[in-house]
Amino acid sequence: MSKVSVSGKRLAGVIGFFDDPHALTKATEKVRDANYKDFDAYTPYPVHGLLTAQGLERSPLPFVTLGAGLTGCTLGFLLQYWTSAVDWPLNVAGKPFNSLPAFIPVIFELTILFSGLATVAAMFIINGLPNMKRKAFDPSITRDRFALVIEPTETSGAKGKYKPFIESEAQEFLKKAGAKDVRSVYSEGWF
Amino acid sequence: MRPLQGHRQAKEMIMLEDKYTPDVYVTGGKTFADVNNDIAAPLERFPAGKWWACFILALSAFGLGAVLAADMFMNGLGVLGLNQPNGWGVFIVNFVFWVGIGHAGTLISAVLFLFRQKWRTAINRSAEAMTIFAVMTALLFPVIHTGRPWYAVIWLLPYPNQRHLWVNFRSPLLWDVFAVGTYFTISAVFWFTGLIPDLASIRDRAKNPIRKMIYSVLSLGWRGSNKNWGHYEIAYMLLAGLSTPLVLSVHSVVSFDFAVSNLPGWHTTIFPPYFVAGAIFSGFAMVVTLLVIAREVFNLKNYITIPHLEKMNKIIMATGMTVGYAYACEFFIAWYSGSPFESFAFINRAFGPYWWAYWIMISCNVLIPQLFWFKKCRTSIPVMFVVSLFVNIGMWFERFVIVVTSLHRDYLPSNWRYYVPTWYDWGITLGSFGWFFIWFLLFCRILPVIAMAEVKSVMPSEGDHHPHPAPLKEIPSHV
Repeated sequence: MSKVSVSGKRLAGVIGFFDDPHALTKATEKVRDANYKDFDAYTPYPVHGLLTAQGLERSPLPFVTLGAGLTGCTLGFLLQYWTSAVDWPLNVAGKPFNSLPAFIPVIFELTILFSGLATVAAMFIINGLPNMKRKAFDPSITRDRFALVIEPTETSGAKGKYKPFIESEAQEFLKKAGAKDVRSVYSEGWF
Repeated sequence: MRPLQGHRQAKEMIMLEDKYTPDVYVTGGKTFADVNNDIAAPLERFPAGKWWACFILALSAFGLGAVLAADMFMNGLGVLGLNQPNGWGVFIVNFVFWVGIGHAGTLISAVLFLFRQKWRTAINRSAEAMTIFAVMTALLFPVIHTGRPWYAVIWLLPYPNQRHLWVNFRSPLLWDVFAVGTYFTISAVFWFTGLIPDLASIRDRAKNPIRKMIYSVLSLGWRGSNKNWGHYEIAYMLLAGLSTPLVLSVHSVVSFDFAVSNLPGWHTTIFPPYFVAGAIFSGFAMVVTLLVIAREVFNLKNYITIPHLEKMNKIIMATGMTVGYAYACEFFIAWYSGSPFESFAFINRAFGPYWWAYWIMISCNVLIPQLFWFKKCRTSIPVMFVVSLFVNIGMWFERFVIVVTSLHRDYLPSNWRYYVPTWYDWGITLGSFGWFFIWFLLFCRILPVIAMAEVKSVMPSEGDHHPHPAPLKEIPSHV
């Protein structure tokens, strides 16, 4: 992604617009099958079946949730055990210092707290958010239009594994796939 | 769906399909662009006089509450109606009331999401906002109830302090700190996650550069990339999955504040499910109250439709009868347990000095929602508005009955007392409504009140002939 245009802006890719999600999904499949390495669809709402069309795997986020949940659960118990039975054992109404049944609500809440916060944090990190300098490619994408962007790839064509990115060729490809208003877009901010 | 075998079965399915009209979530032939225009409209115009009137009213109510609370901090809790044996009064009633209100949002956004109830998209945003503001209101009460809030907020947390003391993890009051604290945090995060795509929509519409900058920051740079949507949807689903047991746990833990004690009238195992049902009941009523107003004021009748409200009303009736069952069950157990103290607590509840509170509760929560058996009532705006107000009142009195009647006559008759709240209690209660409405009114003007991206996902899109692709469509070839 180091291609720099004359104006000094980085080329983010070639964009094409579609009016409905079905046309977008079909075009996305074509781009995938043409063996482009980097491309992404932009939609106002999550379109079902588009992930498969893009050849993307299911998000690994659930593993983060599980790990964080187990951490929260363990820490929740250790916090209560250590404060109530080790650091300052205090006899409360003759109950045992390590009163596990009474510790369960806090263990449960900390499990949920850790897993929820970690899930969202991981989602932000994977998605590269927050990145306030990033601008929308077109204001219509968050309204009612569906876009497909073929992105330049440094390694493309290196081993002949992927279709090489050539700006004009990609534009032609999108037009053929039924896209409207095909043009090149430039990125601002960090990518 | 399993392939249909018999000819007759197939025919039956077709007949079923003829009778079944798929739900329409947005009426008025709206396009995706209309969704943005209609929902963003209140954010993009200067508030009208009516909004300012409401806002000033809310501010004044909060101001009154704040002045009275400040006076209470200076003079001590003696200004309240609390005295032996009523250590808890209106403040704890308000706490439970507001936490209960705060349950509908997460229920709508998480539980209905997991059950794939698409109608939730019209109401989840405002219901979640209501949840967060209600929990913020609820949290005020236990803190100011200590009389020294500046200590309370710190001492409740387990941190190494100069007294070398830790909190008592065996106390339900501490479980509350963790339950309500986690609930607030996770609800706020869930809400914000849902808001990101919509904030990006508002950013992309903005013409004023300052406005654009604010929403650019709030939307975190969201561009609608499908790679992002993939992770986003999974995260949203996981949050829904986590929020579901969380929402059930929160009011269960709140009920432990009572149930774990040894007091007749409080010490019952039915409390957790009974409290959760009551919370859903009161929360849905509050959502109906607010939505009936919001759809009128912000002209959102095509998005928050009568069928949406009708579904809400059905849930109100179902949960209303669940609490009705709990009221009856409490009496049964009081009699069946054979404990004279237990029986006394309940007979005193219904026929003692606070009989009026008990019967207000029964009429508002059990009798009045029965109107929703009739479709005419379920779908009538004035009827549902009045019923939802009654439910709100009834649920406040339910908590009043639980807190006050169980305490006011303890084991020692010479200690008995008739608890009467003072105008400090009432003024601060009014202040809490002011606080809640300040936030809600600001929300209506700053953030989209309907989840635009989610509404679009349940609308038929262009070139989409079957918005609800049913496998049944293929049957006729066999018949």
